[in-house]
Amino acid sequence: MKFIDEYRQGDIAQKLAEEIAKMTDKPLKIMEVCGGHTHTIFKYGIEDLLPPNITMIHGPGCPVCVLPIGRVDDAISIAVKPEVIFTTYGDAMRVPGSKTSLLDAKASGADIRMVYSPLDSLKIAKMNPEKQIVFLALGFETTSPSTALTILQAAKDDVKNFSIFCNHITIVPALKALLDSPDLQLDGFLGPGHVSTVIGTRVYEFVNTEYGKPLVVSGFEPLDILQSVYMIVKQIVENRVEIENQYGRVVERNGNQKALEALFEVFELRDYFEWRGLGSIAHSGMRLNKKYAAFDAELKYNVPGHRIADPKACQCGEILKGVKKPWECKVFGTACTPETPIGSCMVSSEGACAAYYNFGRLSKIAQRSA
Amino acid sequence: MCLAIPGKIVEMVDMENRIAKVDVGGVRRNVNVGMLEENEIAIGDYVLIHVGFAMTKIDEKQAAETLRVLEEIGQFDDEFEQFKTALE
Repeated sequence: MKFIDEYRQGDIAQKLAEEIAKMTDKPLKIMEVCGGHTHTIFKYGIEDLLPPNITMIHGPGCPVCVLPIGRVDDAISIAVKPEVIFTTYGDAMRVPGSKTSLLDAKASGADIRMVYSPLDSLKIAKMNPEKQIVFLALGFETTSPSTALTILQAAKDDVKNFSIFCNHITIVPALKALLDSPDLQLDGFLGPGHVSTVIGTRVYEFVNTEYGKPLVVSGFEPLDILQSVYMIVKQIVENRVEIENQYGRVVERNGNQKALEALFEVFELRDYFEWRGLGSIAHSGMRLNKKYAAFDAELKYNVPGHRIADPKACQCGEILKGVKKPWECKVFGTACTPETPIGSCMVSSEGACAAYYNFGRLSKIAQRSA
Repeated sequence: MCLAIPGKIVEMVDMENRIAKVDVGGVRRNVNVGMLEENEIAIGDYVLIHVGFAMTKIDEKQAAETLRVLEEIGQFDDEFEQFKTALE
């Protein structure tokens, strides 16, 4: 309750939490799928505000956190080539591979540059015709249409020295895998906000019809999240299972057609893609299709392509599935910190461990000593 | 990773390549508007921007609300600093 005090609308948040508590004392597990939600939940100590029967499970919606070690190694193998300028979102710089990270490779002399947009990477390609420019493409459907439109632009401008190392993932197969997972009993989902701007809410309709679970697409501030939790709990006590949209101001049922068209034009689904901590999930990863194969760095360069197991001490898998809480991991806050992460949940501020390390641990320590 | 910052369209720069100039807190950068229909946007409209692309059109009230939320969740500075680094 410590953190919500700092929140401008703390009183309303408090009242909402009381309303949630009044509805039921049945134990409920609700997963927030999006890393942005995880960040807000920890920053404002929302778990401490919710009644004890409601547990938030922090899902796999942080793309940096689910990037497997083998793919990081592959990215580094491309980045260290002397003819390559490797470009990436800043978030991916510190993700540990089996031996080093992109940040380490940069310190050792590789030309690795952080960019704001894939379009900036394309600009760098046009400015450096004697070099090969590779963009580390990653993210869910919020980000993948931007990559797709950049590829279309590169094709239009006939840029030959630009390619992407594609690690785009798609949320629906991951949700299915979580729903099929025997060790995970969830009662409802908070759906991602901006991913849903692109894909719409219609695509979630299997969650209620096939699996009988409610899902509420949510905005990013504490009140949005509490309101969405309220909507889920209300559905449960009223025996309804529906897909509802709390973030109506920017999300529509059918999503963004132009963004989806660009995705379908450029990408195809891989048979399998590995997620750190979750293992291999069918049809969950995207790659460039044949028509745009000239822009595929995986075809241009011979990447090692090794599957590398997560470090034994690291329990990111259990944390991503919500089976364990960050503070229950043996290396949390000791061997594994945001400065020296072992697992990727500690790398991004959207990862459950880093968010918990930065905001939550104080409240937990306070609870323990109380 | 999935957050977006609101900006106001101030100039249609290159409609063939779907480039418009947007203003975010006094800083102007080119963004790609290829995810929006051509007849959907005009100078003065607000859009939500993610990694250099306008994802969706919003109204002025939503833009103000989104700015407030970004401030509230402590992500405004980060998003704004990244937006500023966009190459011209």
